[in-house]
Amino acid sequence: MIRTLASRFLGYAILIFFALVFLYPFVIQIANSFKTEANAADNPLSPIPSPFVTDSLVRIFEGTGFPTWLGNSVLVTVVVTIGRVAFASMAGYALSRLRFPGRRALFAGLLALMAVPPVVLLIPKFLVLNQLGMYNSYAGLIVPLLADATGIFVMKQFFDSVPVSVEEAARIDGAGSFRIFWSVVLPMAKPALITLTILSFTGSWNEFPHTLVSVQDPGLFTLPRGLADLVSGSLGAGTQYPLKLGAALLATIPVAIIFVIFQRYFVRDASAGADKG
Amino acid sequence: MFSRKGIRGNEQPAGWLFVAPAVLILGLFMLLPILMALWVSLTRWNGQGSPFTGDVPFAGLDNYTRLFTDEGLARQDFMTSIRNNAYYVFFVVPIQTVLALGLALIVNNRLLKGKGFFRTAFYFPSVTSSVAISVVFLFMFANGGAINAILAVFGIEGPQWFSDPRGLLHIVLSKFGVSSPSPLVDHGVFGLSWWDWLSGPSVAMCAIISLVVWTTSGTFMVMFLAALQNVPVQLEEAGRIDGANRWQLLRHVILPQLRPTTFLVVTLGLIGTWQVFDQIYVMSQGNPAKTTLTPAFLSYRTAFRDFDYGSGAAISFVLFLIIVLLTLLQRRITRERDS
Repeated sequence: MIRTLASRFLGYAILIFFALVFLYPFVIQIANSFKTEANAADNPLSPIPSPFVTDSLVRIFEGTGFPTWLGNSVLVTVVVTIGRVAFASMAGYALSRLRFPGRRALFAGLLALMAVPPVVLLIPKFLVLNQLGMYNSYAGLIVPLLADATGIFVMKQFFDSVPVSVEEAARIDGAGSFRIFWSVVLPMAKPALITLTILSFTGSWNEFPHTLVSVQDPGLFTLPRGLADLVSGSLGAGTQYPLKLGAALLATIPVAIIFVIFQRYFVRDASAGADKG
Repeated sequence: MFSRKGIRGNEQPAGWLFVAPAVLILGLFMLLPILMALWVSLTRWNGQGSPFTGDVPFAGLDNYTRLFTDEGLARQDFMTSIRNNAYYVFFVVPIQTVLALGLALIVNNRLLKGKGFFRTAFYFPSVTSSVAISVVFLFMFANGGAINAILAVFGIEGPQWFSDPRGLLHIVLSKFGVSSPSPLVDHGVFGLSWWDWLSGPSVAMCAIISLVVWTTSGTFMVMFLAALQNVPVQLEEAGRIDGANRWQLLRHVILPQLRPTTFLVVTLGLIGTWQVFDQIYVMSQGNPAKTTLTPAFLSYRTAFRDFDYGSGAAISFVLFLIIVLLTLLQRRITRERDS
């Protein structure tokens, strides 16, 4: 009994320690966004800003390109999420259900593409955008992100796990492939579609390397790109921390909200990866 | 042949139409670019005009051999980046795997309440933007920042993290009075002296290592948790009846059950750590003294800052090869151990 109590106490102590390790950086981030620069430099650890000021937030909106970056991020995220969900569910369905020549080869190709590390695509992507005249444009920023191999794979796996009987009933009733996909398959695929939407939303909201090789004009920057520029670029390193932390905080909020609401889908994403191995 | 007609109708046009958008985009922005980059890696294209005209000087395999056999800055930088990334992998992969497993084991404990909260807390960092989180860590590791304030509580004077190029191993060795021994300094391989190879990760790299461990452990913890929930309860009970203590249970019953997941976590870790880029770009840009330069960042820098796209692409392909080889090697080792 005493051993159980002791081990339970130890368990909680370890958990609380690590909860602090994992969450306190966010506390620091929030607190320091509302501090004066001098206060942030003197008491970086303190969770309470004294005095409490909103200067940095005002400056983020009035003195930086933040509003532009935010607008671009919203545009990119919305378009990319819609595109990925549509294209991945269509392709995943076809690869799982429809019989057409070349299907096997396509799936093999898809598995191969999934193994390509994104970071080695930096120069290649720039080359193709440059060649097609899409460099430094919204098209270059958005179109290459519209389909992702992993999303297609997730949808194919999902459709593989759904029995075909419902679709066959619809087929006997004389519905064509498009009809079946739109009014029978998609409504059934809701959980997978939600997972895919979240995956695409966070993926495109946080996307950084692609923006680095697809655009150059500050008017086309998304939040991660603008933030990176803010830190390593013109405003210089070392100072202005309340401003930088505040901007980073604002960029984190949408994902945080989605995470809190749809947490169980996030957990499913992570463990969905485990099946691949 | 008959099955294609009949009840299923002809699915060929629909099939192709359904995959067309995805195939077009992936083909145009993944497959084609890789082939284009393969060509560019054989040239000396400097970013002017199109790389696919006769005006661009053809370099053959020069861009590749310069990384390995020719003496010079290109090889030195490349080997430095390989060294830095190797130390980074060597620290990140084991630490994040063990931490993820440990957290999963504790969170999975049936007797503890508030599991959901702790799981959320540990997992949240991994869904946030790498750039935003790098900004936070840059602030925490600043000279008068939070980390040094905590260290000061324990009477430790923290280093100037992002301007300290000293290697960890060099620091440890200097405590034993070893610094720059001439046999190691005078000889070397691939353009770096043995002493340089043995530097360990720099102090600046340690800050980045801690950031990455902090962000990715949560993801892997969730994978371990899913696997732990699939361990049959009977197995654990049988072990307990046989008189196994907690450590023996973990060692001989639970860990063997987790082997496939552990393999996956280590493989994903190896693949991910060789790609580190965002954090380097935001936090250090390869500085100080090139000790946080990684192949991924070097390839970016070579192409987009030095306008040597051929060499940059060549570095990318070598990195590509490293990642593929590591994956294959890891698979073979696990297979041999299992059989």
